[in-house]
Amino acid sequence: MSRGSSVSLLGVYKHFQTDAGPVQAVNGIGIEVAPGASVAITGPSGCGKSTLLSLIGALERPSRGRVQIGEVAVSKLDETDRAAIRRELIGFVFQSDNLQPFLTAVENVSLQLALSGADDGYERSLTLLDALGLGGAAGKYPDQLSGGERQRVAVARALVHRPALILADEPTGALDVDNSSVVADLLREAQAEVGATLIVITHDPAVAAGLDRQIALSDGRVTADSKPALSGAVDAAPHAGEVAGGV
Amino acid sequence: MADSGPALVQVEGLRKAYRDAGVETPVLTGTSFALGRGETVSMVGSSGAGKSTLLSILAGLMLPDSGEVRFDGEALTGKGEAERATLRARRIGVVLQRDNLIPFLTAAENVELASELAYGDRRADLARQLLAELGLAGRADDLPRRLSGGEAQRAAIAVALVNKPDLLLADEVTGELDSESARRVVELILAASAERGLTVLLVTHSPELARLAQRRLRVANGEVLEEADAEVIER
Repeated sequence: MSRGSSVSLLGVYKHFQTDAGPVQAVNGIGIEVAPGASVAITGPSGCGKSTLLSLIGALERPSRGRVQIGEVAVSKLDETDRAAIRRELIGFVFQSDNLQPFLTAVENVSLQLALSGADDGYERSLTLLDALGLGGAAGKYPDQLSGGERQRVAVARALVHRPALILADEPTGALDVDNSSVVADLLREAQAEVGATLIVITHDPAVAAGLDRQIALSDGRVTADSKPALSGAVDAAPHAGEVAGGV
Repeated sequence: MADSGPALVQVEGLRKAYRDAGVETPVLTGTSFALGRGETVSMVGSSGAGKSTLLSILAGLMLPDSGEVRFDGEALTGKGEAERATLRARRIGVVLQRDNLIPFLTAAENVELASELAYGDRRADLARQLLAELGLAGRADDLPRRLSGGEAQRAAIAVALVNKPDLLLADEVTGELDSESARRVVELILAASAERGLTVLLVTHSPELARLAQRRLRVANGEVLEEADAEVIER
């Protein structure tokens, strides 16, 4: 897929039970993200950012509300279908690069394609690493690469299947300033290249400022949005029937 | 029980040193040992003793400066990178202390991926069967973040076993688990060995867990010693 998906959240809530009692991690969020947009989500630790990204990425289901990627209401899908959506439509980048230590860089990138049964995964991965200036790293194992190189390989892994949506959770959180800048630039360039929608959770103001739109969270709610006209009305409580799994 | 035939892994005169800014630090100093077929072997040793270097060489991730590793009669250390990678994918299972699973894939997908990479075949039924055998029948569709530490390591064992390897290298796999979960993980590995004739090398800091293996090794001063011999030297 070469074009980004829209992302739509309508009256989304997520609560967890913990030993200390219930936690309302996401508390009535409504956001519309246009296809191909780049969005930074910021806010203090514990404000619900990572939970929100997990809901958008079909890693978790909301307690209430609706999450939609393009035309697909991912919050209503069962486990198998959500796994397929994650594989086919989404590229993930996390703070930890999560590269497999006994696979080379190019093998790590091709993992994403292997599960989709692509026959040319290795060649496509090699081509992408070359295009990203990482051709020299292709045959190396993760512990032979610097932290910045590993995270760039992880970005390549998130892109190689040309996802409609790239989700990055603190992708520069473990990097120094120079490497942060390289990885942030790479994400934006990659987004432009594949035309994907990009949503980045970040504590880094420089990373956030480089994206089209900035949304701030606090206590599981949106407290600031640089393009508020795109959200507003969808912050309302969910309608009956929008409860996850209820329809 | 261990087979009485030729060893699965034969290590001869292995030497490895790291060089940094002209300073050479020897890690392995000409050590030799063997792992029998179907044998379960634990390996202890202080941090920095060379255990991880040794495992990297046995897994074909790293080459020694000199010496040889023979795997099932063939010189692993004489093979090229691609051949070693294929052998590792098909015949050697590796489980590490953490981060064995890809976080955006379910437990079942992680297991299927290992067979896809080795043979181009997803083996979905086998993946679920293995997870069930490891007590994870109800967890196959869960993401790693939903699994406890012990469950995640059991899923990692399923990943390591799906290609029916001859050798399982387990590097501090219980390092982040409570003692009960740790014992269960090690017992499952040893049971897998008994059922499948799998050779296991279990690197651990825990003397209690080390004693569960049929044979115990210790790495010290760049050498691999039988634990009984190491105890005599210490006295």
